[in-house]
Amino acid sequence: MPRVLLIEDDPAVQKGVSLALRRRGHELEVAASGETGLLTLERFRPDLVLLDLMLPGMSGLEVCRRIRETMQLPIIILSARGDDIDLVVGLEAGADDYIVKPASGEVIEARMKAVLRRVVPQDPAADSGRDGSTGRVRAHGREDHGDLAVDRSALLVSKAGRELSLAPSELKLLLFLSAAPGQVFSRQHLLEQVWEHSFYGDARLVDACVMRLRGKVEDDPRRPVYIQTVRGFGYRFGPVPRPDGGEQRRQDER
Amino acid sequence: MRLRPPRGLRVRLVVAFLLVSALSALITAALTFRQARSAILDRTQDNAVHELRAQVDSLAPDLPFPPTTQDLRNFTLQLDRAGTSRDWRTAASYRGGPPVSAPGAERSTAIPAALREAVGQRKDAVVRQRVERDGTPWLVIGMPVLYGTDGEGDRAAASGLVVYADFSLDGDKADIAALVTAAQAGAVPALVIALAPALFAARRVLRPVRGLRNGAEQLASGDLGTRLPVTGHDELSDLTRTFNAMATHLERDDAELRRMEATARRFAADVAHELRTPLAAMAAVTEVLDEDAHSGALPADTADAVLLVSEETRKLTRMVEDLMEVSRFDAGAATLHLDEVALRTLVEKTVHLRGWQVPPGRVVVEVPDDVRVSVDPRRIDVVLANLIGNGLRHGAPPVVVRARHEPGSGPEDPEGGTVVVTVTDHGPGIPDDVLPHVFDRFYKADAARTRSEGSGLGLAIAAENVRLHHGTLTAATSPEGGAEFTLTLPVALPRPEVEEGP
Repeated sequence: MPRVLLIEDDPAVQKGVSLALRRRGHELEVAASGETGLLTLERFRPDLVLLDLMLPGMSGLEVCRRIRETMQLPIIILSARGDDIDLVVGLEAGADDYIVKPASGEVIEARMKAVLRRVVPQDPAADSGRDGSTGRVRAHGREDHGDLAVDRSALLVSKAGRELSLAPSELKLLLFLSAAPGQVFSRQHLLEQVWEHSFYGDARLVDACVMRLRGKVEDDPRRPVYIQTVRGFGYRFGPVPRPDGGEQRRQDER
Repeated sequence: MRLRPPRGLRVRLVVAFLLVSALSALITAALTFRQARSAILDRTQDNAVHELRAQVDSLAPDLPFPPTTQDLRNFTLQLDRAGTSRDWRTAASYRGGPPVSAPGAERSTAIPAALREAVGQRKDAVVRQRVERDGTPWLVIGMPVLYGTDGEGDRAAASGLVVYADFSLDGDKADIAALVTAAQAGAVPALVIALAPALFAARRVLRPVRGLRNGAEQLASGDLGTRLPVTGHDELSDLTRTFNAMATHLERDDAELRRMEATARRFAADVAHELRTPLAAMAAVTEVLDEDAHSGALPADTADAVLLVSEETRKLTRMVEDLMEVSRFDAGAATLHLDEVALRTLVEKTVHLRGWQVPPGRVVVEVPDDVRVSVDPRRIDVVLANLIGNGLRHGAPPVVVRARHEPGSGPEDPEGGTVVVTVTDHGPGIPDDVLPHVFDRFYKADAARTRSEGSGLGLAIAAENVRLHHGTLTAATSPEGGAEFTLTLPVALPRPEVEEGP
């Protein structure tokens, strides 16, 4: 079972969440502040971090950024603050998901599982994309989209030969979108497929993740080539410029 | 076209000022003219009469009595010659005889009958009359010749001889015309000059008025810090002072109201927020409690207590969430994240997510496939879940969700009209006295419902969500008897930018 690090200063929440998660078979370690959380991270090597935002001393956002600097560990923010702006700020700091307190153990576990699941879900829409005329074999091996190389089996993404370090949600989103280039997905659809939120969650999660992903993948994040916005509908992957053409001109979809 | 009175205060002030000055100039000119004209004419006439009398007095003694026509002719000839300076023409008549003029004259003396009559009646007084001939004024004088004081008593006696003279007043006319010209020449520049003080006065009056207007506009647009500079001690500065006092009061009251409102709002938000942390601990373990209570390992009483605690914890959690949502609406912090979705999908998802599709027929969805709406799916889901859940709880199944598209009625929504969604249950309906309050916060229709599921905020939140979409939500009792909620949504909302950058 996954190992979870809970960084939370309130003893009651510590106890409640750890009780619920241990009961479900997770191995759990609790840190009461951001500093001890970072130290525990080295020692405990968890699979996932549950992070409170309002911590004494170092803030949860700072902790989130520090963790993101060095590793691609999944991070879920568990916060009592549920306003849009808190959500956006938290997600932009690099978190993979955001749970507003109070949440039942069931919800927390479901979100953890979704974030930890590293395989792109088998989506019928994506399947049809796979059989497209591009003829690439997608289930395994490397795919090239312009400068971007996606290795689905190794879960590696590299750009111009340099490997990119993507957070789990970023990787999932990129894998999902690139599985069906040119197809437009609504935010709601992406939220359900990538984050596995089975209810109407906040579409800002998608927007924040797309923004972070663009920052890592695009040459010019303000003029995205790989992850494009379709106004009023959502996002799509590509179409990207042909690698042999050398031109940065956009090509027709098919 | 009807002539409209000028509208602007400035125009009216200037026009009034000019009218007053024009009127006074006119009156002054008219009076002056009248005085001057009569003075000129009187002097001319007096001089003429005086001169004529002098001539007559010097020539009359030489006239034989009773004079013959020839004598009279000679006499008038002499008088004509003596009066060259005035260029008068004379005539003389004796004892009411026809006037005799000097011979060989190119014009004869025309004596109006009225004048002759007047002379006949008054025997001893000089009669004068102004007549108009060929457009020029003439003066005709009728002068009875008197004997000296040598007659009976002191009273001069009439000799029966009457001398008439007439001459042109052309010279005087020119003088008078000059007067008129002078009056005109004076009045027009006076009016032009009056324009300057008129504009100046209008400006003086209007500047503070304009300042007041601008200030009032600023105040009306919400800038309560507006104050106007007060100058002088006239009525307008009093008004300005009053305006400033009013603005001060308004600003103070507004600040106070805002402060109180913010305090109340923050309190609600803080309470809900503070409740979240303990609830977070409790909510995390509700399944643990449920599991243990159902496992049979606990004593029956403890199991019941545990179930109660976990159930109430869930309710409390929901209520706190609702409170947070309400305080977000109150703070105006609720935002729309619009997406274009198929309405049918939306409704079906709402039903499925909550497990209402079983048993079949509990919730009936009659929504056309092709209706697409631009909404925030999460918020509309909340609305639909509330309405359907409400129907299931307080009414009776089946709850029917119908939707129809109504094309735009007017030019204000050319995009595609509205979508009307009705949610009808088959329960007893909503009592008339309850209807106006169903969207009130924490409103409980009857005592039996006070412990019902839900926080009492659901419909209030639904209504707020609909308002955010510029739609309407109404409640009624349907003709078949159940409660009927009608939701209208514009198909295409004025879309704010929902993308996160280009």
